[in-house]
Amino acid sequence: MIEFARNVRLWFVPERIREDGGTPDYRFSLANERTFLAWLRTSLALIGGGFAVDQFLPDLRWAWRVGLALGLLAAGVLCALRSVNHWIRCERAMRRGEDLPVSRFPALLGIGVALVAVAMVVAVLVGWEA
Amino acid sequence: MSAPERGARDPGLQPERTRLAWRRTTLTATVVAVLAGKSALRDGPGAAAFAGCVLCCGLWLGFLGVAHRRIRALSGGVPPETFTPRHAGTAALCTIALAVCATALVL
Repeated sequence: MIEFARNVRLWFVPERIREDGGTPDYRFSLANERTFLAWLRTSLALIGGGFAVDQFLPDLRWAWRVGLALGLLAAGVLCALRSVNHWIRCERAMRRGEDLPVSRFPALLGIGVALVAVAMVVAVLVGWEA
Repeated sequence: MSAPERGARDPGLQPERTRLAWRRTTLTATVVAVLAGKSALRDGPGAAAFAGCVLCCGLWLGFLGVAHRRIRALSGGVPPETFTPRHAGTAALCTIALAVCATALVL
């Protein structure tokens, strides 16, 4: 948590990242940037999924519709926050010449998306309609 | 791996690939903004719907601004300017703000 707060401070004082280690090969930095963008797209897709559940399943019972939509939107927010944090952690590790950080986030996100998908199949098949 | 000299072309086309990644991300943000506009206008036109549309358009423009600046930086020489945490933070904050708008529209 303290580590996260320190990373958040780096978002707004970007000069501080230069104090660590040496500048890595720009190609590694660009690869890291593309990974960040891929995670941001994942986040945008989850948010789009939240909108889609809300708009294209209007016959679903209110609690289910809102619950599924909010679950997807919350996953999108987490994913966006994590994308910046992971980008900074990777950038710092590369500057210091350390191993890249490992993360359990992809596994947790996968399980979360699978749960939402199963809930959606159940809701649509069983037809808990309003 | 030795970095090529300034002004040289990168044989791995890294800046181009990164530029296209920004384009894809902008396109995704556009789709989300259109869905947000559709959701805001569901109950017909009105002051709240108008405000929601303006807000989502503003967030989309914010994202577009970051992407545009980055794409211009990547179109310059090799090696390109570094990507700063401020840009990353702005792009992520626009995304999160879109999700907050979505929450307000869903509830």
